[in-house]
Amino acid sequence: MILKALFAASATAALLLALPASAAELTIGFSQIGSESGWRAAETSVSKQEAAKRKVNLKIADAQQKQENQIKAIRSFIAQNVDAIFLAPVVSTGWDSVLKEAKEAKIPVVLLDRDIDPSGKDLYLTAVTSDSVHEGEVAGDWLAKTVGAKACNIVELQGTVGASVAANRKKGFDTAIAKHANLKVVRSQTGDFTRAKGKEVMESFIKAEGGGKSICAVYAHNDDMMVGAIQAMKEAGLKPGKEILTVSIDAVPDIFKAMAAGEANATVELTPNMAGPALDAIAAFKGKGTVPPKWIQTDSKLYTAADDPQKIYDSKKGLGY
Amino acid sequence: MTALLPRRGLAQILALIVILAVDRVVSPQFFDLRLQDGRLFGSLIDVLNRGTPVALLSLGMVLVIATRGIDLSVGAVMAISGAIAASLADTHGLPVVLAAALGAGLICGLWNGFLVAVLGMQPIVATLILMVAGRGIAQLITEGRIVTFSSPDLVWLGNGAVLGLPVPIAIAIGMLILTAAVVRGSALGLLIEATGGNARASELAGVGTRAMILAVYVWCGVCAALAGVIAAADIMGADANNAGLWLELDAILAVVIGGTSLFGGRFSLILAVLGALIIQTMNTGILLSGYPPEFNLLVKAVVVLAVLLLQSPKFSGIAAMIARLRGTKA
Repeated sequence: MILKALFAASATAALLLALPASAAELTIGFSQIGSESGWRAAETSVSKQEAAKRKVNLKIADAQQKQENQIKAIRSFIAQNVDAIFLAPVVSTGWDSVLKEAKEAKIPVVLLDRDIDPSGKDLYLTAVTSDSVHEGEVAGDWLAKTVGAKACNIVELQGTVGASVAANRKKGFDTAIAKHANLKVVRSQTGDFTRAKGKEVMESFIKAEGGGKSICAVYAHNDDMMVGAIQAMKEAGLKPGKEILTVSIDAVPDIFKAMAAGEANATVELTPNMAGPALDAIAAFKGKGTVPPKWIQTDSKLYTAADDPQKIYDSKKGLGY
Repeated sequence: MTALLPRRGLAQILALIVILAVDRVVSPQFFDLRLQDGRLFGSLIDVLNRGTPVALLSLGMVLVIATRGIDLSVGAVMAISGAIAASLADTHGLPVVLAAALGAGLICGLWNGFLVAVLGMQPIVATLILMVAGRGIAQLITEGRIVTFSSPDLVWLGNGAVLGLPVPIAIAIGMLILTAAVVRGSALGLLIEATGGNARASELAGVGTRAMILAVYVWCGVCAALAGVIAAADIMGADANNAGLWLELDAILAVVIGGTSLFGGRFSLILAVLGALIIQTMNTGILLSGYPPEFNLLVKAVVVLAVLLLQSPKFSGIAAMIARLRGTKA
């Protein structure tokens, strides 16, 4: 009797001990850059959600924008013998030695959001990133389709001069509208990716283009500049979203608020869900040994007023943008 | 000949006129003004409106520099006060919001003043501490995101109008008059200049140099906080990462363009504000010109160099000499 009870007790204990192990099959270490922007915060919260959805134990290390902290975090993940390492690299160089250590420990590394410049591409399994040239193309294609055959003068709010994202988003947009002779960028100036500068630059565009009457559309390299530009247009007595079309990139919550109010037309999403595809790739790699392609491109989805912007705003605003 | 020997203020006014003329050339509608929703509208108004934050910063900065100090933290203080104002705007009335935001600026100023006047730290190092930490504090308040608000009272501070004049411009003019009345309407300005000229001699002569230094940093903090509130009100949100970023350098530049020496001992409030306007007239002109943005900083540097050369007595001496040589040759 006593023996039986003991046996039952130990069986339950064994079951209890086994439970967390079976529930969380994979343990993944994620070296996150830090809280450099609202998008970054959203990426962290979405990564947690995606990991929880797949019952993966995700350990996030915040590097506070320092590469040495990221290297330390990766070394500690290797010491803990995690199943995989996610890395959102703060810079593109200087990763060779630590990635070799991970390779020797047979721990696959997945890059999130940014690519690196290693000596050999075999140092990581795959990179999940967005194609910022493609984002610009999606924006340009939408505008070309919406405008149709009408002549359209576009003003462009560029990102920070020298930032690769800004150069790529410009390149993609220019490529897309080059096919349409009726679309022309008449003014292009940097708004440093900020609301305040976006507003100031848009104010000057409006003055320079005869009170804004000749402007048909605004293209901004990010939503924040567009939010500023929308304010400038409203203060000048123009109707953004109606008289002047707007298209920007990132899909932050506040642009959906403007869209719901009819003051913005379209945004291309830079998805904060980089971890989702990465987790799927790791699961397939660990399970069936499927080697993913070296580059997994995330979807650059276009959102317009037809996509129930209020609902998207409500779902996005809690993510930490 | 007299034009080459700069009298106080002449060089700045000349520079402003030249830049305005260039702006008129790159943008023919530069001086056009009209009323839009009861608010004056035009490039000239943009210059004044966008120049307000730096003009407010320069009002505080010029007094600090007059005491032979410098305040690098003003940009960070802007971020802090903007963050506080935006966080409180939708739940509290405007008086509370302003009191909290300006109070934070006052505390920041007290901290800087304490480090410099009481602990005797070098101003550049003392204020560097808050320049770095302050932005972090602002990010903590906003939790790293852009805090938006819709309180009409606070929005009015950034986008409203008083008799057609945008509120920020009215505030800047008010602050200039207030500051001028306090420091030039009394002996205070003289005591500040004395402190900067020779702190030890002034101390021995009975000037409360410590109190003077403390006071100018506090005033600088309050001016920066006001600039921060206006910047936040302008975009209806507080962007802790970018609000006031590098504006401390523009403020110092405005003071220097205004002819105030970094070695202290004398200052001009009105010329510092004029310096801020020169910077903004140039910025707006660059935006209107339609040049590729890669040229922005280059153009700015060349113009600043030209303005400073115009003020330099040695340079006018050389220019006068060249003019004389040309005269004898011809």
